[in-house]
Amino acid sequence: MKRAAVLGTGQTHHRTRRTDVSMAGLCREAIDRALADAGVDWPQIDAVVLGKAPDLFEGVMMPELFLADAIGAAGRPLLRVHTAGSVGGATANVATSLVRAGVHRRVLAVAFEKQSESNAMWALSIQPPFTAPIGAGAGGYFAPHIRAYIRRSHAPGHIGALVAVKDRRNGARNPYAHLRQPDITLESVQASRMLWDPVRYDETCPSSDGACALVIGDQAAAEASAKRVAWIRATAMRTEPTFFAGKDHVNPRAGAEAARALWHAAGITDPLDEVDVAEIYVPFSWFEPMWLENLGFAEAGHGWKLVEAGETRIGGRLPVNPSGGVLCSNPIGASGMLRFAEAAMQVMGRAGEHQVAGARTALGHAYGGGSQFFSMWVVSDTAPASV
Amino acid sequence: MSAPRVAVIGFAQAPCLPSAGTTSGVETLVPVFREALADAGLDRRQVDFWCSGSSDYLAGRAFSFVNAVDAIGAYPPIAESHVEMDAAWAFYEAYVKILAGEAETALVYGFGKSSAGRLRRVLALQLDPYVVAPLWPDSVSVAALQARAALDAGIVTERAMAEVAARSRADAGVSEPVDLAAPYIADPLRRHDCAPVCDGAAALVIASGERALAGPRRAWITGVAHRIDVQGLGERDLTTVPSATAAASAAGLPDDLDVAELHAPFTHQELLLRAALGLGDRVRINPSGGALCGNPMFSAGLARIGLAAEQVRSGRARRALGHATSGPALQQNLICVLEADVREAES
Amino acid sequence: MAAPPLSAPLDIAFDYTRSLGPVLGRFMTGLRDGRVLGSRTADGRVHVPPLEYDPVTHAPVTELVDVRPTGTVTSWTWTDRPLAGQPLDRPFGFALIRLDGADTALLHAVDAGARERMHTGMRVRIRWAAERVGHIRDIECFEPSAEPAGPPGTGKSDPVMMITTPIRLSYTHTTSADESRYLRALAEGRLLGQRCPVCRKVYVPPRVCPADGVPTEEEVPIRDHGTVTTFCVVNVPFAGQRLDPPYVVAQILLDGADIPIPHFVVGDAGDVRMGMRVAAVWREPESWTTTPENIAHFRPTGEPDAPYESFEEHL
Repeated sequence: MKRAAVLGTGQTHHRTRRTDVSMAGLCREAIDRALADAGVDWPQIDAVVLGKAPDLFEGVMMPELFLADAIGAAGRPLLRVHTAGSVGGATANVATSLVRAGVHRRVLAVAFEKQSESNAMWALSIQPPFTAPIGAGAGGYFAPHIRAYIRRSHAPGHIGALVAVKDRRNGARNPYAHLRQPDITLESVQASRMLWDPVRYDETCPSSDGACALVIGDQAAAEASAKRVAWIRATAMRTEPTFFAGKDHVNPRAGAEAARALWHAAGITDPLDEVDVAEIYVPFSWFEPMWLENLGFAEAGHGWKLVEAGETRIGGRLPVNPSGGVLCSNPIGASGMLRFAEAAMQVMGRAGEHQVAGARTALGHAYGGGSQFFSMWVVSDTAPASV
Repeated sequence: MSAPRVAVIGFAQAPCLPSAGTTSGVETLVPVFREALADAGLDRRQVDFWCSGSSDYLAGRAFSFVNAVDAIGAYPPIAESHVEMDAAWAFYEAYVKILAGEAETALVYGFGKSSAGRLRRVLALQLDPYVVAPLWPDSVSVAALQARAALDAGIVTERAMAEVAARSRADAGVSEPVDLAAPYIADPLRRHDCAPVCDGAAALVIASGERALAGPRRAWITGVAHRIDVQGLGERDLTTVPSATAAASAAGLPDDLDVAELHAPFTHQELLLRAALGLGDRVRINPSGGALCGNPMFSAGLARIGLAAEQVRSGRARRALGHATSGPALQQNLICVLEADVREAES
Repeated sequence: MAAPPLSAPLDIAFDYTRSLGPVLGRFMTGLRDGRVLGSRTADGRVHVPPLEYDPVTHAPVTELVDVRPTGTVTSWTWTDRPLAGQPLDRPFGFALIRLDGADTALLHAVDAGARERMHTGMRVRIRWAAERVGHIRDIECFEPSAEPAGPPGTGKSDPVMMITTPIRLSYTHTTSADESRYLRALAEGRLLGQRCPVCRKVYVPPRVCPADGVPTEEEVPIRDHGTVTTFCVVNVPFAGQRLDPPYVVAQILLDGADIPIPHFVVGDAGDVRMGMRVAAVWREPESWTTTPENIAHFRPTGEPDAPYESFEEHL
C-alpha cells in the first residue's frame, strides 16, 4: 500500500441558508479554498469524488451529474458516494484508496449539503405505506438510546450540557462555524427547551448549508508540497444493520470494530495517550461520551468522566471537536468530511484560533444511519514508517 | 510491490421482470448473493468488502439503500460502502480497495425497482435543476434528441437502429418482432429502440491473490477506467461520446476484443458507443441481448461486466469488454477489460 | 395459494427553493425582464443557458451578454402524450435551440402544432409567459417564426435570487410476502412474528434476518403486551405529527419477540419508565385494515416493572 496525505482542506461558511450561492457555487467555495490551501491547480487533479446524503434533500437525482463541469470533474473520473451521515468520511476514505492503490496522484474529494433547498425533516419523515406513523422527529430516534446510555453508565444529567457548552464555545473560535456562541453557559443550556426528553434544544445540532473539500495526494505530491501535509496513517469503515435482535444502540459493535481496526492499522495501542485531538461526529451532545467509549478512549460506562473532568476541552488530555463540531455546523453530507478535514488541519497546524497546541496525531470520525455506518481516519504530521 | 491482479470469480443476476420484488430490494438480493457466492466458491464471511449502487429516487425514499444491508446479514459488522450510481462504479470502488491492498475479496451489488415510479419522468431529475429539470424532459425524449442529432449527422439510420434491436432480441430470445412502421414513442425512437422498464438486481464477486486462483473459473481484470462528460445537452456534441473514448484509452482497450457487452439503453447509443470505442465488425456485441432486453436501473451496468466476464470464464471469449453508462445521453462511461490470461506487460 | 404482496401509492411532493448565485440569478432576472443572457467564457464563446464556471479555465464566469429571442433548432423530438409538469399539455416538440448570438443550445419546448412542422434548422422564437417571475418557464415555449415577438415590458427591477421548483412524484410501494402476511394478520387483530432459522430470534414485523441474511420462516404468535425498553418524550412540534406534544415514543419489546418496535405510550405519560409493562390499545375492529395503525397506542398495564436485566440486551 502506498502512502497518502491531505495536501489541503477547504470549507464554506456554514449557515442555515446560503441563499447567496447555487449548489455549484457552494461546492466551489470549499473546493477553491482546498486547492489554494494545497497549492494545487486544476490540471494536477486526476479525479473527483463527491459525497452527499440523500438526493431528496436537494431534489436532484445524482446532482454530481449536472455539477460535473463546475466541480472540475468533466473529462475526469467522478465517483459519487452515499453512506448516510458517514458519507463525508467515507468520501475521504474512497479518495484515499484511489491514491493508495496508485491509481491517481492527486484526488479532489468534496462533500456538500444544501439543506435549505428543501426541509430535512420533511425528506426524512416521508412515511411509506404500511408503516406505523410514529412521528418522533430527528432527535426522537436517538433520544431513547441516549436515555439507555444514561441508565447504563449512571452518568450525571448535566454531562450533555457540558458538551454543548464546550462545543459552542469552541465554535466561537472557528470563523466557518454556523453557530458561534462564546457566552453560552451550563445554566443557559439547562434552561433551554426540552425537545426530546432527555435532549434539550441547545444539545442538538443545527441544520446547515455547507460544503467541505480535501486534496489528497501521494507521497511524491506530499513531498512536493510547500506546506505541512497531514499524512493519512489509517482509515477504517464498518457497517451493521439498522435494527436486529441484540443490536447495541448505545455502543454499536460496528463502531467499536472500526475503531479497533483503525488503531491497529495506525499502530496505536493506547488511543487516549497517543491521539492529540479528535474530531468526532456528535450531532447530539450526549454522543460525545458515548463515542469516547465506542472508540476506545474510555472503558464502557466511563466516557462521561472524561467530559466531566474537562479532559475533552482544548487544553485537556483529549480535546474533542475544537472546531465546534456537528453541534455548531451540520451540512449533513459534508459534516463527516468536516471532521476529517478539521483533524487534518490540526496536524497541519492550520486550525487558526481553535488550534490544539502541538497536535501531531488526530482522529476524524463520522457515523450515519441508525448508528450503523462508521468511517474514520487517523492523520499525523509525520509520514507513517511503513504501511 | 506491484499491484495485485484482480479477477471476476462470481456473478449472478435476478431475472429482469417488468415488475417484481419489494421496493427495498432485500428479498430480491438474498438469492442473488447466494448464487454469486456459490459461483465464486466463497462463504459470505469470506467477503472482505461489500459495495453497492442504487438510487433513492428509484424508491422515492431517502436512505433507501440502508435497508438492503439487511440482505447481507451484516452482523458481525462488515466493511461496506455505497455509491449513488450504477453498481458498475461500486465495482470500481471495490476494485480500487483490492488494488490498495485493503481487501482481497469483494462482493459488489446493484438493485432498484425501476417500476416503482414513472421511470422516464423520475430520470428528468438528473438534469440541471435550474434551467432544464423544471421543464421535465423525460429520459426517452432526451435520448431522442441525441438520436436525432446522430441521424442528422448521418452517423446512424433508423434501419441500422432497428437492426441493433433485432439482433438484441434474437440473442435474448425475445420473439416480439422489430417494426420499422411502428409509431414513434419519442420521434425518432420507436418502442424497439428503447430499453423496457424492468426491476432487477445483480451481484459480482471479485478477488485477488489466492482467492482469485481458488475458484474454478475466473476472468482477469486487465484494465478499468471511467470518465464523465459535461451534462449540458446543448454544450456537448451529442453524436460523440468523449468520456467513453477517454475511458477506453485509459483502460487500454485492446483492439483484438472478442466480445463487448455495451450498456446502451437505446439502439442509437450502441451505434455511438461502437464508434466511440472503435469496435469493428469482428467484435461480437451484446450476446446477452444487452440492456435493450433488460435494463434494471443501477444494476444493468454492473451486469454488463458480469456478463462479459461470463464470456471469458466460460471460454467463449479470450478478451471481453464490459461497459456501463450513467446519466442522460451517455454522459458517464466506464470501461472494464476482462481477459483469460494476464498479459505480461501490466501497466 | 398465498395472496399477492400488498402494495400502495407513495406520493412525494415538495416545492424546492433554489438559490441562484450571481450568474443564474442574472439569467433569471433577465428572463423576467424579457431578455435572454448568455455567459461569455474565456475562449469567447457565449453559452445559453449560462455556465457558472469556465469549463477550460475553471474560473467563475462574470460576463453576461444579451442574445436574441430567436434561434435555430439543432435537434428535436416530438411527444404526443406530454407528461405531468412538461411545458405544454398538448403534443409538442422538445428541441435544442441555438439562440441567435449564442454558441450553445438551450433545451425547451416548441409549440409546432404537428410533428410534420418540426425539422432541424427550423427557425423559432420565444413565446414569453404572460406572468414572469424569473424562472426558466418565463419562456412559455418556442414557436415557429423567424421574427422576434415584441419583448414584453416589465416594471420590476429587483434582482431574482431564488426560484421555486415543485417536484411531485408518484410511486407504488410494494411490501414483501412476509410483511404482507404480517399486515393481513393485523387486519384480523393478530400480531405475527417470524423466527430466524439460524439465530432463532423472533422478528416483529417479520423480515429477512438482518444479522444472518436469510429469510425468517417459522411463524410465531406475538402477544400485544410488552415492556418499554427505552423511550423519549417528544416536546417539539413538527409537520405530520399525529399527537400533540408532549407525548411518549417508546421502544416496546413485545412478549415473544426479540426486537422492540417503536410506538406511542399514552396515559400516565409523565410516569413512563424503562421496564414499564404496557399493552396495545386497538382501534375499533370494524376500522381494522392491513396497517399497523390498527393499534392506536400502548397503555400502562399496572403490572410490576420488568427488571432492567430482562431487557438490557435490547437497548
